[in-house]
Formats: sequence, C-alpha cells, structure tokens
Amino acid sequence: MAVVKDRPDTLLEISDLTMSFGGIMAVSQLALKVLTGEIYSIIGPNGAGKTTLFNCISGIYKARAGSIKFEGQEILGMPPHKIARLGIARAFQNIELFRGMTVLDNLMSSREHLLNYGLFSAALHFGRCSNQEEKCRDRVEDIIELLDLQKFRNTHVGALSYGIQKRVELGRALTMEPKVVLVDEPVSGMNLEETEDMARYILDINEEMRITVVLIEHDMRLVMDLSDRVAVLNFGLKIAEGRPEEIAKDPEVIRAYLGESKN
Amino acid sequence: MGDKFQTSYKADMALFQTLWVKVWLGIFAASLIVCPYFLSQYQLGILNEISIAVIGALGLNLLIGYTGQISLGHGAFVAIGAYTTALTSAYWGLPFVVTLPLSGVMAALLGMIVGVPALRLKGLYLALGTLAFGFIVEYVLFHWDLIQGDMGMAVKRISIGGYEIRTERDHFYCLTAFAVLATLCSKNIIRSKIGRSFIAIRDRDIAAEAMGIPLAKYKVMAFGVSSFYAGIAGGLLAHYQKWIVPGSFDLSLSVTYIAMIVLGGLGTILGSVLGAVLITSIPHGIVYTTDLVKDTYPVLGSLIVDLKVGIFGLIVVLALLFEPQGLAGIYRRVKLYWKTWPFRY
Repeated sequence: MAVVKDRPDTLLEISDLTMSFGGIMAVSQLALKVLTGEIYSIIGPNGAGKTTLFNCISGIYKARAGSIKFEGQEILGMPPHKIARLGIARAFQNIELFRGMTVLDNLMSSREHLLNYGLFSAALHFGRCSNQEEKCRDRVEDIIELLDLQKFRNTHVGALSYGIQKRVELGRALTMEPKVVLVDEPVSGMNLEETEDMARYILDINEEMRITVVLIEHDMRLVMDLSDRVAVLNFGLKIAEGRPEEIAKDPEVIRAYLGESKN
Repeated sequence: MGDKFQTSYKADMALFQTLWVKVWLGIFAASLIVCPYFLSQYQLGILNEISIAVIGALGLNLLIGYTGQISLGHGAFVAIGAYTTALTSAYWGLPFVVTLPLSGVMAALLGMIVGVPALRLKGLYLALGTLAFGFIVEYVLFHWDLIQGDMGMAVKRISIGGYEIRTERDHFYCLTAFAVLATLCSKNIIRSKIGRSFIAIRDRDIAAEAMGIPLAKYKVMAFGVSSFYAGIAGGLLAHYQKWIVPGSFDLSLSVTYIAMIVLGGLGTILGSVLGAVLITSIPHGIVYTTDLVKDTYPVLGSLIVDLKVGIFGLIVVLALLFEPQGLAGIYRRVKLYWKTWPFRY
C-alpha cells in the first residue's frame, strides 16, 4: 500500500468531463479525484473510455466540456507540452518510444524542460551545456538502475523485446521527474514474471520516488493488489469507485464485467 | 590502456572516446594540412566545392534527416546567404567577419518565417510549401534591380584582418576550417537536448509533446538552424566564386542537396559529409574518365554533357536501391564486421 498522508490533498480533479467522437460518447459527465501519493486505478471493459480519459488529461484530445484541475490549476485546453511540464507524465499503451534513439537517449529526451541552455551553448558544448548534460545523465542513471535497464543503455529501442520496451516507456515518463504518472496498461501482453517485475517497479515509483500513479490495467490481480482506490468505467460513465475490496463486491461492476444473469 | 573503461559520465559522453578515434582524426587532420602541397589547383578547387557543399548538406540533414521536415527550398536559403554577402560587402563595404554571420542570420530569419506555416504542414504538403518559397526567392532574384537579375553580381574576395585570401590553397584552408567547425557544431547540437528533441519530433511527434517537448519551438528552430547553415554556405560560395547569378540557385540546387543527404545517410552527420563529397565529385569523376578514354572513343567527348546527367542519375538510383541507409550505413556495417573479425558475431 502506498504512503498516503493523514489528510491527503487532491492532486488531480476531474469534473463533468465529456468527450465525444461523432455520435459516440467516449467519456460522459465524468468526475473523479486523485489524491497526492496514492495509486489510483481505472478499470473497465474495452472501449469504456479509459485511454480517452488519459488523452484528455494529457491534452492530446480537447474535451468538449468539463474541467480538469491539476493542483488547483485548470489544465483543460492547455497544449500537451505545457501540461507535461506541470508534472503530468505519460506512459503509453501502444509503445510510443523514439525508435531512432538508444534507451539512454529516450530517457534523456523527456528532460528537455529540466535543461536550461540555449542553442549557442549546445553547438559549442561548453560550460553550461556540458555541466547540465552531465547532471542530467546522473539522474537518468538512477532511473536506469531503478528499472534494471543497465545492460540495454546503449541499445536502440527497436532492437528490444516488447517487455523491455514497456519498461523504457515507463522510464521515459519517470525521467521527467513528474508529480503524477499516467500508466496505460503496463503489463498487457506480458508473462507472469514480467508482470511481477512491473508491479514491483510501480510500487517503487510510488513509495520511493513519492510519485502519484494513475493506472489503467486489465490484469485484476495487479489492480487489486497495488491500488489504494479503484474507479470503474463503462461506456464513458463512472459506475463505481472505492477501495479494491469494495469494488470486487460491487454488483454494478460484476454486471458490467460478467453480464447480467437471466434469473 | 587508460581509455578502456570510463570512470565518469563526462568521459562516456565525450565526442572522441578511444585512442584509435583520436589517432585516426589526427592523421586525417594532418593530411588535410599537407594535402594542398601535393594537389593541383583543379583538385584543390574540387575540395573547396566539397567544403561548401558539406556545410549546406549538414544543415539540410538537421532539418530533413533529424527533424523529419521535408524541404525543397534549401537552395533558396543558400541564395539568400550568397546575396546577403554580395549586397552587404558591395554596397555597405562591410568586412567578411560581419557579412558572413549576417548571411547566416538573414537566411535563418527567413527560414524561421518559412517554418511557422510549416507547423501546420506535413510530408508532401510541406515539400510543396517550401518549393513555393524557392520559386518566390528565384523570382525576386531575377527581378530585383538592386542585384542586377540575370547579369549577376561581383563579390569581393574574403579578407580577414587585412589578409586577403587569393589562392586556391588559402581558400582551401579557410573553407575546410569552416566545414570542420560546422561539422563539430552539428554533432554537438545533435547530442544536446536540442538534437534529442529534433529526433523525438521526427520519430513520434505526439509522444514528444506528451514528454514536454514544445513542437512549435523546435520545428521553427530546426528551420532556423538549417537555413543558417545554408546561409553560411551561400556566403562562402559567393566569395569563392567571386561572381553570382540567380540561375545557380534554382530547384536543382535544392534537389542536389537532398541527393547528398539521402545518398550519404539521412539522420547522420557522417552521411552529410560523405554525401557532399560523393555528389560533388561525381561530375568531376565523369569528366576525368571521359578524358582518359577520349583517344580510344572520341565520340564520348561530344556526349559528355548528356552522359554526366545520365550517369549521375544512375549512381543515385543504384545507391538508393542497394543501400537505402546511404554511405553511413555501409560504414556502420563495415565497422561492425571488423569489430568482431574473424568471428561472424
């Protein structure tokens, strides 16, 4: 279980969020609160609007109505890179790594906003640029160590297996030094061992790095074991929210997942 | 062997890491310094053309190869650099140390202006947009009275601190120095956050944005840096040729630069250099070969103009068919082979 303060603050507050594609309501009137320091999971059948919700938070989709507040600041309508710079990192479901780069460069690439030097300094690689790059590398190495990526450091990401690529994807979100990381199906298509590793990493991120985690996942065991709270979406609507043990017993949730019995 | 293991991140991030690399670079530098004493004026002239082409190709590769923004207007930026040099030195009498940076900055400013609409264009549409810019520049060059249109403009020789560069050999040292500096700078840019952002935009622009990389800033910057290189190349070209006409900056120049980076290897610094060397020397090579055999096959002499174009095209097509990664790809493979020799892997 995560380290949650006695009276945790709201980190991310979503209210009345509505997003539609043509006639399809992907997310409708959605409201949820993510507290600082928790692991908050979002589950639901395929097409329930989970990834759409993430895309709305990161600003990739512009929601039609509603509000998304991060640390009290309205972020709906902000461009994606500004949202990211506020401290909202994203690990994509379908791997979206920069394929022309090595693992190391992928992890360094997301620290653009933490490096403060100009074109001139970069072209000459003098003082400021060189020093900052070195410090940046030092921080990236911490993440490499955390995720056991040492031996892949200088490998091009295209040459890596699916499981490792997923790990790099998570790493690239972490090197941004975010306050919250949105993780989209980190263990889909992984075997039991890889799943266990990933569960360990997510707990480490939450407990050691004190990063709030919002997780989308279909693996129920992972969700039930890791989460502080769980929200269930179906057809764009939130049908339940609560602690994992409550969710498992919720009749509405069981109906959404297993269908209704005739008798 | 003190350089076998790196003990700091600084050492691991250094540009020239192993002793071997340093030795080879030392040999290369030494041969550059002594080669003017062994080569003919004509051969030095080819090398000087190559140096200028290297600078232009490096710039275009930053834009197309690294940032993934196609441009068919690179020749226009070379023209802007060349004419800025010509105008500022002829009419205002500014010295070389001022006109050359000014040429780069002028091209960069216009490049950034072209880059702004490019934020909304991708792929073929961007190619068309930059092509249109090229035509506009060409039109202006032909019709602006101040620069005498088709008549062309005379440009003074380069003079640095009272020393005027006259001979091919002096030009060789000067132009090679600029080419080396340009190569080092683009290598540095690529290994900085700017280079990583360029590549991120090329590979996955949506993910790049979600990682906090401002797309607009870096796309405009890529256009700016690329045009700056083109402007510098243009300025040097103007001084070197001493006479510039608008006709030499048409679409075919842009296409030649694209051929250089595609043939050399997109998204590699080495590729920009090798491509510039190859594309610049092919026409000279063809002339040289036909000269050799002209006594045996006198008919070749009259065909030379057609042959030049045909063989040039053939080489480019064959290279693309058999080595899509360009010359840099061949180099990488050969290096890998010798690294593990005599074992397969």
